[in-house]
Amino acid sequence: MKAVIWQSTNHVSVEQVPDPELLLPTDAIVRVSSTAICGSDLHLLDGRIPSMEKGDILGHEFMGEVVEVGKDVKTLKVGDRVVVPFNIACGVCDPCKRGFYSACDNSNPNHRMAEALYGAVSGGGLFGYSHMYGGYAGGQAQFVRVPFADVGPFKLSSALPDEQVLFLTDIFPTGYQAAENCQIVKGRDVVAVFGAGPVGQFAARSAQMLGAARVIIVDRVPERLKMAAAAGIETISYEDVDVLVALREATGGRGPDHVIDAVGMEAHGHGPGALLDSAEQKLKMTFDRITALRWAILSCAKGGTVSMPGVYGGLVDKLPLGAAFAKGLIFRMGQTHTHRYLGPLLSRIEAGEIDPSFVITHRATLDEAPALYKTFRDKHDSCIKVVLNPWGQATTA
Amino acid sequence: MTKQETRGAVFQPTEKWLLVALGTGLAALGVRGGPGKLGLGRLALAGTGITLAGVALRGTNPLGTALKIRENAQGETLVSDAVTVGQSPEVLYAVWRKLENLPALMSHLQEVKMLEEGRSRWTVKGPLGDVSWDAELTADEPGRRLAWQSLPGADIWNSGEVLFRPAPGERGTEVVVRLTYKAPGGTAGPIIARMLGQEPSQQLRDDLMRFKREQELGFHPTTQGQSSGRSAMPASGGNK
Repeated sequence: MKAVIWQSTNHVSVEQVPDPELLLPTDAIVRVSSTAICGSDLHLLDGRIPSMEKGDILGHEFMGEVVEVGKDVKTLKVGDRVVVPFNIACGVCDPCKRGFYSACDNSNPNHRMAEALYGAVSGGGLFGYSHMYGGYAGGQAQFVRVPFADVGPFKLSSALPDEQVLFLTDIFPTGYQAAENCQIVKGRDVVAVFGAGPVGQFAARSAQMLGAARVIIVDRVPERLKMAAAAGIETISYEDVDVLVALREATGGRGPDHVIDAVGMEAHGHGPGALLDSAEQKLKMTFDRITALRWAILSCAKGGTVSMPGVYGGLVDKLPLGAAFAKGLIFRMGQTHTHRYLGPLLSRIEAGEIDPSFVITHRATLDEAPALYKTFRDKHDSCIKVVLNPWGQATTA
Repeated sequence: MTKQETRGAVFQPTEKWLLVALGTGLAALGVRGGPGKLGLGRLALAGTGITLAGVALRGTNPLGTALKIRENAQGETLVSDAVTVGQSPEVLYAVWRKLENLPALMSHLQEVKMLEEGRSRWTVKGPLGDVSWDAELTADEPGRRLAWQSLPGADIWNSGEVLFRPAPGERGTEVVVRLTYKAPGGTAGPIIARMLGQEPSQQLRDDLMRFKREQELGFHPTTQGQSSGRSAMPASGGNK
């Protein structure tokens, strides 16, 4: 089969690799009908996530048809159309039972690697996202092996097209969880979202769905701000204004009640902090560039929430914890417990509350993935979200 | 075995005096020939020698301290770890009590053979090859605790216990394992083993996670044999 392969930092390619096989009786094989490049895949392209190995199959946003099931798979059948959460969960450990699927105790065979880096605990496995997170082959491929097939894959009974349901695998629940973590008081709370990439777009629209009085999104890329504005979201371009002043002014000096950092570890941004981060990252003194997080903390209203769906990889420097402490901020973060949200968010799509396909700017074949990784990272060609058809014949992007 | 006072890895007498002798020797080499000949290289040699002897005389192996290797007052290395397993204490105790089953749960344990009179023969993979000893149970409290100790003549003197404590909030059982062993090679033994990833504390962590997954899932998650860009491809380039 064809698959997108991580070769090294800044180098992904499409290769012929063996078809996946069932490795455990609880596995299924899915024929991928649609897959997407996630903003977090760009951290892999950039070599920011440790423990990638040459030859790894990328991709954690994918859906398709079940073509084979192991003998212990009970709920899934050949022919089922499924969306598959990006994180792998066992469904029986204590975190899974409490709904903290991304913190699964049992799904990561390489838990020791994560423990060495992050301390005595490791999160669950992820598809196509480094060996520290399990080393599972990803879904930017024609077929993919799905472990714990009775726990993750969500059967679709409706005839909604792939483009409307594909993002249930990650970015829609990720944006939604970020908004839900803010515990928005309906009709009262103002929510600011840093980063108008795909997760930021879904976070902002989710904050609207959850009843925020106003939603403000901050970015510098005009077409991203335009996409948000189309849904009635207020926009601030941080290239044009001092973002902290602008947010204060927009909120009568209080600051947004909740701030969502949908940027994560590779923030751009301005100022001495951003320059220092950039230099330190180059010198390997810090993992993460945290301008967005600094702005989130500095702008957030007293008693508010800083919600962090953006991915962080390691240690950070010059975090304004004094400001966070003084304002009594609440921090919520982490990988999305995707499994929780599949049903409820599918209902919202079916009810017409949101059509997630709004975020797609590029449709292409798998062969075009390597070029599109760079287009997406460099924000060229107004690229916001790329959907790949693993079976399509190469045309132009 | 109850909780006891612990300390860093203290040099054993032979180790200590060997290091003092080595340090003094280096220092002597450095200052040989009087102050007139004291170049930078010799100064460094003398400094290293004095430091080495000083560290040895202070008694605690700084490498052991850095690696958080602990021992008890008898100079036995202590190892402990714990895992919470979603099963009742009774069930987990019963699994553990069948000692001959343990190698199936613990990858580093080669074999446990039951002998007469509650004695058993244990074989584990060590950094320098297989190590085995005979042991006897010193406590057997169904659903709560098991303790054992090696018998005279063991390659490595060791003892241990496993506790099964109900976890609050119906989360199953906290399985706590505490081991002590008299390392061969003084304080250097556990340090070298730790560097090789073969020290019992690391093995214990792996084994407890294996035990948890065996009990909760009945199998171990794996990616062994999955497709990747590293797999050799047939000349035809696959079937698609």
